[in-house]
Amino acid sequence: MGNTALPKQFLNLGGMPIIIQTTSKFLLQPFFSGILIVVPNQWMRYTSDLFKKFFSEDELRKISIVKGGNNRNQTLMNGVDFIENNFGLNDEDIIVTHDAVRPFVSSKIIEENVKAAKKYGAADTVITATDTIVEGNLANDLIKSIPDRKKMYQGQTPQTFNIKKLKSGYAKLSEDQKSILTDAAKIFLLTDTSSVKMVEGESINFKITKIFDLKMAELLVGER
Amino acid sequence: MLNQVYRLVSERKFESFVVSEKIHEKSVVVKPTYLSICHADQRYYSFKRRTEVINEKLPMALIHEGIGKVVATSDDKFSIGDRVIFIPSLPVEKDELIEENYLESTKFRSSNYDGLMQEYIISDISRIVKIPDGLENTIVAFAEMLTVAHQGITRLSRVSDISDSVIGIWGDGNLGYMVSALIKCIYPESKVYVFGHHQAKLNYFSFVDRTFLTDNIPENVRIDQAIEATGGLGSQMAIDQIINSLEPEGASVLMGVSEENVPVNTRMVLQKGLTFVGSSRSSRSDFIEVMNMLTKNPLLVDKMGILVDTVRDIKSIDDIGQAFEHDQAHAFGKTIMHWHL
Repeated sequence: MGNTALPKQFLNLGGMPIIIQTTSKFLLQPFFSGILIVVPNQWMRYTSDLFKKFFSEDELRKISIVKGGNNRNQTLMNGVDFIENNFGLNDEDIIVTHDAVRPFVSSKIIEENVKAAKKYGAADTVITATDTIVEGNLANDLIKSIPDRKKMYQGQTPQTFNIKKLKSGYAKLSEDQKSILTDAAKIFLLTDTSSVKMVEGESINFKITKIFDLKMAELLVGER
Repeated sequence: MLNQVYRLVSERKFESFVVSEKIHEKSVVVKPTYLSICHADQRYYSFKRRTEVINEKLPMALIHEGIGKVVATSDDKFSIGDRVIFIPSLPVEKDELIEENYLESTKFRSSNYDGLMQEYIISDISRIVKIPDGLENTIVAFAEMLTVAHQGITRLSRVSDISDSVIGIWGDGNLGYMVSALIKCIYPESKVYVFGHHQAKLNYFSFVDRTFLTDNIPENVRIDQAIEATGGLGSQMAIDQIINSLEPEGASVLMGVSEENVPVNTRMVLQKGLTFVGSSRSSRSDFIEVMNMLTKNPLLVDKMGILVDTVRDIKSIDDIGQAFEHDQAHAFGKTIMHWHL
């Protein structure tokens, strides 16, 4: 046997896998018609088995395991295609995208995302930057500029979009733009599709990517 | 599911905690929507309980009066979107003789178990009751207190016929107001006298037969039954006045909580052959009865409407603290928290 590392979303937190904790939060929102879990091809079977272990048949009816893409944007657009093919697409339809490894997302953040995306077309969850943000010059490791911290925010998820607008924005991107795109909200800014409303996140809604984050998360989760 | 629980950690300080919860088959998940602050919560918030009591209980989420919306259920008695009121007593056993709220093993929200200041409440189906359509959120939010009043009246009625008697109510606060309104609703033939410290508060009791300031009770005032709804330091004076004003063989129910032991004029209790009954909290049957009464009696609902002092949007921990501070500054009426957390 090899030693394939288990992706962080499948590690346990508070007695169940992180991805299960995160999905549970979305299952409790009444306004979702479906919940897509977009995962790399090789993890689809594993994810499906895992979900069967933790969710009831009723809950599983709402959940679809969808094959991801080669990068973040392709993964997102695979999700959009799945929605179009399985649910159809209306002008008002909204997609709430979220990192599986942010299990501390609150119902308030999700609800405010949906509210903001309905009004503005797109919403991004952010928190005010506590550390100073510095723009560096990769070529010589020198600081290029230090933007005013008051205007700086750190992006979290959910990011929430009107699906038709997201699709049309993405279609307008050049291949070069697509290849350097690291953030879906940027599609709206690059293509001037619509404004992106900032929704106040919470510092606890952090992303579990490193061992330090997981340790921190474990410390935060208590019992009754 | 990782649930955010907003607990009191020290004097006037709340913090968010995360609790990993399993949603069991027979449970219903409810999103709290409107929560109401009670004096008992305020005693914790301002550290007015004894230090050893506080140390044992904190950190703990406060609030036991409130309503919510069902967001997940595996039981067909409830549907997603149903408005429900929370029953704060959480019994762990059944007893043939003792009501659920008097069992020593029963847990109680915001007393020895986390209260309602949480992102979601995972509740047993027996601990929520559907709210009939048409009743306003801000009024049903504090209906738990009406169920406490109902429990007190029911217990008094078990030891004494109160259908057409003169009933004295000590206490011009929210509980006194609710007890008075409920008695007038259940026993319209009875006469209700309210005894209070503050004329300004007694002025709200427009629907009762007579009101008296407790430092100026006429000698000849006599009552058949009494309800003590003062609590705290006022208990001793109230119980003393009740003993003096009750007719022989009269009865009284004690409802006010006091931190200290209260001396009682037992000589007069014996001489008059008085009956005293204790009453605390409420049970599921009180909730069902109060929901029925609110549905059938628009006048009762009107009277409760006067108690809604303020409705505050709660979107952060700071908002919770501000709501508690506001509530402390207002002696009459209820502070309702519209819960968005």
